[in-house]
Amino acid sequence: MEDTHEGPASATDYIVHHLTNLDTEHALHTELANPFWNLHWDSIFYSVILGIIFVGSFFAAARKATAGLPGGWQNFVELIVEFVDTQVKDSFHGSSKLIAPLALTIFCWIFLMNFMDLVPVDLLPALGLMVGIEYMKVVPTTDLNITFGMSITVFLLMIFYSIKIKGASGFAKELLLHPFGKWMIPFNFLLKLVEEFAKPVSLALRLFGNLYAGELIFILIALFTLSAGVNSLGENLSSVGTITAFIIQVILGLAWAIFHILIITLQAFIFMMLTIVYLSMAHEEH
Amino acid sequence: MSINVTLFAQMLVFGLLVWFTMSFVWPLIRGAMEEREQTIADGLAAAEKGQKDLEQAGVEAGKIVEEARDQARDILGKANSRANEIVDTARSEGEAEKRKRLDSAQSELEVEINRARDELRQQVAVLAVAGAEKVLSREIDEAAHRDLLDQLAADL
Repeated sequence: MEDTHEGPASATDYIVHHLTNLDTEHALHTELANPFWNLHWDSIFYSVILGIIFVGSFFAAARKATAGLPGGWQNFVELIVEFVDTQVKDSFHGSSKLIAPLALTIFCWIFLMNFMDLVPVDLLPALGLMVGIEYMKVVPTTDLNITFGMSITVFLLMIFYSIKIKGASGFAKELLLHPFGKWMIPFNFLLKLVEEFAKPVSLALRLFGNLYAGELIFILIALFTLSAGVNSLGENLSSVGTITAFIIQVILGLAWAIFHILIITLQAFIFMMLTIVYLSMAHEEH
Repeated sequence: MSINVTLFAQMLVFGLLVWFTMSFVWPLIRGAMEEREQTIADGLAAAEKGQKDLEQAGVEAGKIVEEARDQARDILGKANSRANEIVDTARSEGEAEKRKRLDSAQSELEVEINRARDELRQQVAVLAVAGAEKVLSREIDEAAHRDLLDQLAADL
């Protein structure tokens, strides 16, 4: 644990610093007795802020929603709602008041959290440093707690709907008797357990992995000028090497950011789609 | 990177967001969209109905015009024949009147002629008598020859 932060001493320090959450221990410079209570303040802060931005802006459109000619923002909101509704209707054939709003929330919220990846990697942490916040990860979806928090909620909903639709005995039968009949109950159960637990784990890890890797690459790209600067400490910072590194960084950063627009949208969409599919599977009788 | 209380905080936030979206965002927006869809569908149906009504009205208007034309033709025909009739009647009446007037004039003329002839006859008789009187006043007894003279006057 560092007590003071004096800027990156080396490239490794820089990367590690960027991948460290502002948790309670780092914020208060203490060691907690139980690491379970080591809340990641930055992840929760950005996730809540982005969640409020999502529901706030959508609620603003919903409150003034008219059946007449929709204004610009209402139009945009309706576009997204229509898009999500189509996906839900295509994959989910039961009737549920929850699934579509759930899918909408997942899509928009994850998209916004992913979008933080496109904010220049050093901008918000540097601003935080100015007001004395030493560590800050601005992309909540690069935190396993956040992605697992969502996928486990989805998992609980899957179990809830399985039991609600099929009854406790039906759910138990599904766990024990498929796919090989009653003589293979332990094997069936093991298989089903793996199958079911793979769902939330893959949901969470897929999102986390994509965003974590994306963030890491942004950090590495940022290192071009930074390492040039670090290497030339004491020398003339506007040397030819630094300028070249700067140009390369701009080009790579631009290319990766443009590519990343696709990734963040795709990951939000995949999470939403799989949630719909998993919940529709939970609704189906076998 | 460790799993800790952040996960549960995130689950709570997630649950609240989903609840809020489900209660206050989704139904309002979907409601507005469905209402608009209904309005548009109604409008389209009304437009189609209007189109059909218009066509129907056109057909009916054509029928009415055709009927009116037939009626006008009828009326014209009737008026023509009536006019002919009137002219014919007037002509025949006029002719009858003419004939009547002519007849009466002729008969009046005849009466006048007869009367004039009678008068003339009388006067001739008187004249003849007067002349004869003058000639025969001496030799003829008026009373004795009266019958003879009257007969002469009647033969004139």
